[in-house]
Amino acid sequence: MATEFHNLQELRHSASLANKVFIQRDYSEGTTCKFQTKFPSELESRIERTLFEDTVKTLNNYYAEAEKIGGQSYLEGCLACATAYLIFLCMETRYEKVLKKIAKYIQEQNEKIYAPRGLLITDPIERGMRVIEISIYEDRGSSGSSSGSSSVSGSTAR
Amino acid sequence: MKNCEYQQIDPQALPTPTPTPPPHHGNDTEKKKEPRRPRRKWEVFPGKNRFYCNGRIIVARQSGVLPLTLGLILVTSGLFFIFDCPFLVKHLTSCIPVIGGVLFVFVLITLLQTSFTDPGILPRATPDEAADIEKQIDNTGNTSYRPPPRTKEVLINQQVVKLKYCFTCKMFRPPRTSHCSLCDNCVERFDHHCPWVGNCVGKRNYRFFYTFIVSLSFLTAFIFGCVTTHLALRAQGGKGLVFALQESPGSAVELVICFFSVWSILGLSGFHTYLVASNLTTNEDIKGSWSGKSGEDVTNPYSHKNIFINCCSVLCAPMPPSLIDRRGFLPADESAQTGSADIELPTLAAKSEINVCTQGTKGLLESAALSPLLSTSCPQGKPQNAHSCPETSPALNSDPTSEFSKGCRGNHTSSSHDDTSRPRHTKARSKKCRREALHIPNPAFDVPVSPTSPDAAPDSKARSHKGGSLTPLH
Repeated sequence: MATEFHNLQELRHSASLANKVFIQRDYSEGTTCKFQTKFPSELESRIERTLFEDTVKTLNNYYAEAEKIGGQSYLEGCLACATAYLIFLCMETRYEKVLKKIAKYIQEQNEKIYAPRGLLITDPIERGMRVIEISIYEDRGSSGSSSGSSSVSGSTAR
Repeated sequence: MKNCEYQQIDPQALPTPTPTPPPHHGNDTEKKKEPRRPRRKWEVFPGKNRFYCNGRIIVARQSGVLPLTLGLILVTSGLFFIFDCPFLVKHLTSCIPVIGGVLFVFVLITLLQTSFTDPGILPRATPDEAADIEKQIDNTGNTSYRPPPRTKEVLINQQVVKLKYCFTCKMFRPPRTSHCSLCDNCVERFDHHCPWVGNCVGKRNYRFFYTFIVSLSFLTAFIFGCVTTHLALRAQGGKGLVFALQESPGSAVELVICFFSVWSILGLSGFHTYLVASNLTTNEDIKGSWSGKSGEDVTNPYSHKNIFINCCSVLCAPMPPSLIDRRGFLPADESAQTGSADIELPTLAAKSEINVCTQGTKGLLESAALSPLLSTSCPQGKPQNAHSCPETSPALNSDPTSEFSKGCRGNHTSSSHDDTSRPRHTKARSKKCRREALHIPNPAFDVPVSPTSPDAAPDSKARSHKGGSLTPLH
């Protein structure tokens, strides 16, 4: 986390936040957590399509693993019920373990792939698992690119 | 001249629970450099919830009849252990207090877990997200009236589902999510708001709620059976029931309480068992979302078509995490910015007629207005909460059927307290937001209050109204 913050600080000092892209949830399979893999047009000039899709697909796989209903989750559920769910106070749930893996994965992706391209992924858990927020930064020295716009919020009049 | 205005700040107008020290002379136009106590996110949570133990425990603002529920359970169980157990241990078996004890502990623990757990509250959209969504929605640009309800259709397992836009939380609600007006939060897999436990029942605490009502029905039936046996044994030998009741007066109280509650609680357990087996929520059942009332061929897209799998997915699925991160710390720049804004805004509002003040702080005010913290706290101050979203009507009338009379019918009465019972700090925040709106009209947050949904009027009296005709928008 410290390195990501460091990168983020570097980005913020040397670059200005130009735009944010939001990858919405894909509800085609129900309420399980899954994000759309459609490549947003704002990122076309910034990152290769395959890299982006890989990231989103891996995140989707992680979430599917966290929410998987199978033999192990049944046993855990029955055991929890038998103890009046008090074990939730003591034990870290499977979901929380996977969330930690996801946080590490996102940090790693940011460091290796996204920050060098002036992009930053925000962990979906910080946005209520609704969106994957990708911040697009512009270098202060260069002029704004086609995807950039200086105002971030309230830019309804485009 | 400008010193006197800043000294007259009313500390009660500041929303922070720990009042910041009043500013010193003349240093107010600069940002405060004093180190602030880092604040946790629960302290600025925009919904109507209360937090205890530094954010570990969350309850709805109105505790409903939770004290009554606890009182009834404790009194009945206490009387059982005092009056009935000694007799039954002597005449029958000593297993009885053991079984009773286990059930009692189970009931109490699951009740407290249902009441104090985050039911699956969705945090409100950040301003950037809200702006992005606004861009994607076709807007006629006329903001003088409330725009038509925004919906988005998605295909879930080959079934068309409409997602509604929540004006309070500024996002399209995920499927099965509903906005509870009592708590002013969007809750995932919203079942109903239960006044008996004083909290919403949603994705994260449904299993606790279900275990609670099932174990409570066992406990009530068990106590009822034991008391009947006790009185029957005492009345043996021609002594009569009156004699037995005189000897053990506590049993009479238990008998009355258990007799009246066992039917409703058993009924409620049966109803929820049906819901679990078909992977439905009370909200969906009431509204008739998947019963094909509109004549179309609709099926429940979330059901796994197998009772066992449905039960397991509802009760044994991995426990999802809380999305609101109550005990996380606010980012330092946000809390500092809020702090300066807190001090500047009341001053500005109080002395707006004095030009000397306004010119100096207008720049800070504009930057503070863009602060995400202020913007997310704005909507709750507005009276639109009472009419926020049409879904709240089914939420209020969650168990209208008379056979489940005990279960959650009373919540429509507590909704009338919505507008009256606001604590001090939300009042201050709403004052602040209205004043801010005077200087910087921001169309995104000036959503008019008027309820356009025609069901806003009938929902208060439509207690036993089935959901089909109640909400024509669905």
